[in-house]
Amino acid sequence: MSKKIKIPETEEGTILFNTDPVIIKNHYEMDYIHSYAQDSPFFIGLTKGVLLGSECKECGYKYATPRMHCMYCGKETAWFELPETGKIHTWTTCYYGGEAFLKETPYNLILVEFDGVDTLFQSRLIGIKEDEIKIGMDVKAQFLRNSKFKITDVYFAPSS
Amino acid sequence: MKKVYLISGGITKFAKAHPEKDFRLMVREAYDYALSHVPRLEPSMIDGSVVSYFSDHFTRQLMAGAMVQDFLGLCPKPSRRVEGGGATGGLCIQSAYEAVASGRMKVIVAAGFETMSRVNTWKGNEFIALASDTNYDYPLGGFYTGYYAMMVVRHMHEFGTTPEQMACVSVKNHMNALHNPFAQHPADLTIEDVRKSEMVSWPLTRLDCCTMSDGAAVCILADEDTAFKVCDNPVLIKGVGTGTDCMRMADRPHGDVILLPNEKEDDYKDFKYPGVHSFRAGRTAAKMAYEHAGISNPLDELDFIELHDAYTSSEIQTYEDLGLCRYGEGGSFVEKGKPFLKDIDYGLELPEKAVIPVNPSGGLLASGHPVGATGIMQAVFSLWQLQGTIGKHFGTDKLQIKDAKRGLIHSHAGTGTYVAVTILEKT
Repeated sequence: MSKKIKIPETEEGTILFNTDPVIIKNHYEMDYIHSYAQDSPFFIGLTKGVLLGSECKECGYKYATPRMHCMYCGKETAWFELPETGKIHTWTTCYYGGEAFLKETPYNLILVEFDGVDTLFQSRLIGIKEDEIKIGMDVKAQFLRNSKFKITDVYFAPSS
Repeated sequence: MKKVYLISGGITKFAKAHPEKDFRLMVREAYDYALSHVPRLEPSMIDGSVVSYFSDHFTRQLMAGAMVQDFLGLCPKPSRRVEGGGATGGLCIQSAYEAVASGRMKVIVAAGFETMSRVNTWKGNEFIALASDTNYDYPLGGFYTGYYAMMVVRHMHEFGTTPEQMACVSVKNHMNALHNPFAQHPADLTIEDVRKSEMVSWPLTRLDCCTMSDGAAVCILADEDTAFKVCDNPVLIKGVGTGTDCMRMADRPHGDVILLPNEKEDDYKDFKYPGVHSFRAGRTAAKMAYEHAGISNPLDELDFIELHDAYTSSEIQTYEDLGLCRYGEGGSFVEKGKPFLKDIDYGLELPEKAVIPVNPSGGLLASGHPVGATGIMQAVFSLWQLQGTIGKHFGTDKLQIKDAKRGLIHSHAGTGTYVAVTILEKT
């Protein structure tokens, strides 16, 4: 007589929320190997306390965020150093957010406008409460000392 | 190009969660509902489908469109998935339109769904935020209510728009939905209720924002011969328009307004456009659809609009993009009572007459926003408006717009990144 073949039983169970219908907990998590690719110099810049924008030498358009090709003439852009100070173009205070950021609430988001630059830069604004923030207010870039190579390595604070 | 008609539609009730049905069964329900209203259409006459859903994260099932095709019994006919953020449903309708207009198909099913209840609301917000630039926007704690808040703060600064004007939109859409049995969140609200509900991202409160939903919607489109053979009152797709804009709203230009036929350059002196206060993709899509449909004055030539009110603020911004009023006048447009329904008491003092009902169904704010189904829901409700069958489908004709001849549907993604506008006309 042949031996019965079986899959070994394990002791792991399933987290169950309901049986009609059957609703189970299904875990999902992963790490990505993420390259900043052509935008890498921007993140290196953050480690040196420098904000890099993209300038089109062909048409003169200046972008406050990395953009390797100009959206108007399609030419390859060059890096240029953005000013450290700018003005609040618009803002909000977030009391909720995506799950990963809930613990940081409330926090302020702003779009910064820089003199002579055609587009805006999105960042966090610290050191000020919702009822004191105004459009047009002067803000200054600050940088984390221990860089994380993320956009949050730079943030802004009121400069006056 | 051939003429294309909507011949039937169906939707499930939109709800916070439908755990008893998976996406295939929800679509099946909407599909069967649509089929039951065109009994002369044999399923064998259907040439294929376009299936839309927004997020692989919510679904956690790749090729879910193929599973819908399978479940509907449409294999081995052609099918594809269409995805474009919040505009997924509107783009799905337009893809189905293209298949018939080109002559490739005579009858096609446009089906959309989303199952957002599979994660909690704040995880859901995180998933949706992945539809912003994941190098520069999302890691800041960026999420959609935050982005729309920043856009409307600038709108307030430029034009004097107020949170109370935004709240009028919420009161209107929630109140309209009281008469729509498919709606997820009908409510009788006051401006104070909206302002006092929890602040999500200043100035947008919970009642300024749409909710997460489970749901599905289906439309059947056909060429002229088939449409009139199987349907007594098909609705013509009179115009289509689609626009795009930079993914990062920070990259938007500050240039000249794209003018509609009813506007002049002088209307916008010293005006920087679109900036972050207006949607260039919405204006582009509207202009294209108006040209296609031969519309020169939208306010006079349209009878109702179903637009993408994911936020009260974006409804106000969209009045302007669609040319219902000038840029900057969206707040007063709603405050005066212009986009309300004539026969409903909203408990608001509306100083002027209603001119064009906007979101008579309740829109996304009150009907719900199962993303891939939303743009198709707008087509279904508009089809019923133009067929004059709201009473039959809703069980009450309170929301039926009398003698509605032409309607516009507007589906919008990202921070205004993709917008699809489609104009429908009674035959």
